[in-house]
Amino acid sequence: MKFRIYRYNPDVDAAPYMQDYDLDVEAGDKMLLDALLLIKEQDDSLSLRKSCREGVCGSDAMNINGRNGLACITPLSSLSEPVELRPLPGLPVIRDLIVDMTQFFKQYHSIKPYLINNDPPPETERLQSPEQRAHLNGLYECILCGCCTTACPSFWWNPDKFVGPAGLLQAYRFIADTRDQATSERLDDLEDPYRLFRCHTIMNCVDVCPKELNPTEAIGKIKDMMVKRMV
Amino acid sequence: MVNRVVVGAHYGLRDWMIQRITAVVMAVGSVALAGYLLLKGRFDYDVWTGLFASLPVRTFSLLFLLSLFYHAWVGIRDVVMDYVKSAAVRLVMHVLVILALILYAIWSVQILWGM
Repeated sequence: MKFRIYRYNPDVDAAPYMQDYDLDVEAGDKMLLDALLLIKEQDDSLSLRKSCREGVCGSDAMNINGRNGLACITPLSSLSEPVELRPLPGLPVIRDLIVDMTQFFKQYHSIKPYLINNDPPPETERLQSPEQRAHLNGLYECILCGCCTTACPSFWWNPDKFVGPAGLLQAYRFIADTRDQATSERLDDLEDPYRLFRCHTIMNCVDVCPKELNPTEAIGKIKDMMVKRMV
Repeated sequence: MVNRVVVGAHYGLRDWMIQRITAVVMAVGSVALAGYLLLKGRFDYDVWTGLFASLPVRTFSLLFLLSLFYHAWVGIRDVVMDYVKSAAVRLVMHVLVILALILYAIWSVQILWGM
């Protein structure tokens, strides 16, 4: 199989370039990450992140034939050749397929991704009914791989001010949690022309999410809650 | 002034809602006008002056135009926010756009009421 992979080592290269690799591999039921590791056996200078290799850790997010996804759960057989691999767009490249996620996590932390509850902790857990818990479905599964946020032009343009789809999905995850008591502060924090309302609903995030989550829907629900609060 | 990223101007929701409400007003107005002209079957000076002789038509037309101006304000402001990085230049541009839109609003009244 033919691969074209983005290479850039800022210590050595003046500019990024694309390198061709020809790999003798049967697609079979192999995933893209398997092929990348075989390429790395040929050329150990190729750098990428990976860990769990089963779509849970979110380390090996990259741009695969123009679309963000996780290499470990992308079947080789689904890809047209040459398979063009680039780092996630919109973030600074550290080396080859590795990007600097600092800005992404800064936005994630800005939405206070933890339960805020001022009641004294009960002897056992803070309980939820099954119905209350069901509201977290489609939200808690996010693995923060960054595929959605780095597919979003609003984030490319205003990465320092727009929270981005991953952060907003998590914002709604805590707004939707009945154990959280900071709903109003959370809505206040997002009631700004940049932080939430830079979303223009183009739904690139929904298109690429490897966990099939729907940040656009979560953003819509935050807007609904703001409207409900205002009227 | 230190150079820090500042966010938190609390008008995101208001302008987002106004943009949607004004869009509905413009959609209703456009369809109503197109429908009227199609039903009339002809489109000449008499039809046009006859239509705008009616006070409700003039009033709704003004509402339509004011909606257009507010809608345009939100859209243009978003574009300026994206492309103009200097806050001082942005402020000047915002003021110029607002003044132009206010002038258009006054001009609209003059046209509709034939002053």
